[in-house]
Amino acid sequence: MNASPQKSWNWSLWTGFLFVLAGFLSYTFFARFPITRDFPWANLLLFALGGILLVLGLFRAFGKPKIYRGKIFGPILATLGILMFGLFSYVFFYELRQVPPSTGAPRVGQTAPEFTLSDQDGKDVSLHDLISRSKAVALIFYRGFW
Amino acid sequence: MVAISLDSPEINQRQRQKLGYTYTFLSDPKAEVIRRYDLLHRGAGPKGTDVARPAEFLIDSSGTIRWVNLTESIAVRARPEKVLEAFEQGDRAPSQ
Repeated sequence: MNASPQKSWNWSLWTGFLFVLAGFLSYTFFARFPITRDFPWANLLLFALGGILLVLGLFRAFGKPKIYRGKIFGPILATLGILMFGLFSYVFFYELRQVPPSTGAPRVGQTAPEFTLSDQDGKDVSLHDLISRSKAVALIFYRGFW
Repeated sequence: MVAISLDSPEINQRQRQKLGYTYTFLSDPKAEVIRRYDLLHRGAGPKGTDVARPAEFLIDSSGTIRWVNLTESIAVRARPEKVLEAFEQGDRAPSQ
């Protein structure tokens, strides 16, 4: 074993990658809380921590190759990390904002257009029914569960 | 409070029970009301189908719209406290 001494495990490389992976996959969890849903603070923090550790790991792998491993895995994990961060940013900061303009939506002060739709029990409910039943009605349009 | 989407009453029934919501879920499978409110987001649903873009309206007892929220990002929705605030302001405003 004196020809090739056992090199240390490059933990910061793998830990950094795990942080980036967590940042990439955890938005559905953080979306439950308004603060981390409207802007992905928690995910960006995970990405940042992961990025710092990955860079540290790369410095170790290439700067002290006799002590640390990771010359092969380092660049692979770093590339995957950058791809995940890029995809996350693209989806969150570009794709989710591609909501069409809604110039014809009823405005404040106008009368809400009347309608009748089936409720969860298949019973017809009109806006008139809803209004006459309570002081005010909040209509929440949403994308659906499918 | 009333929720409106393209989902069928069956899906609404199931989701409502699963999530424990008590308010009414309305089903607009042909997007007629969603179109009337100009809230159709073409091709944004599963397999390129149309869905409703997220939007919230507060309507008073005379049928007048008191508050509207049209989001610019699908991730950003009106927070409950904002809706309540709008509701309380509307409550205090003189009725016409």
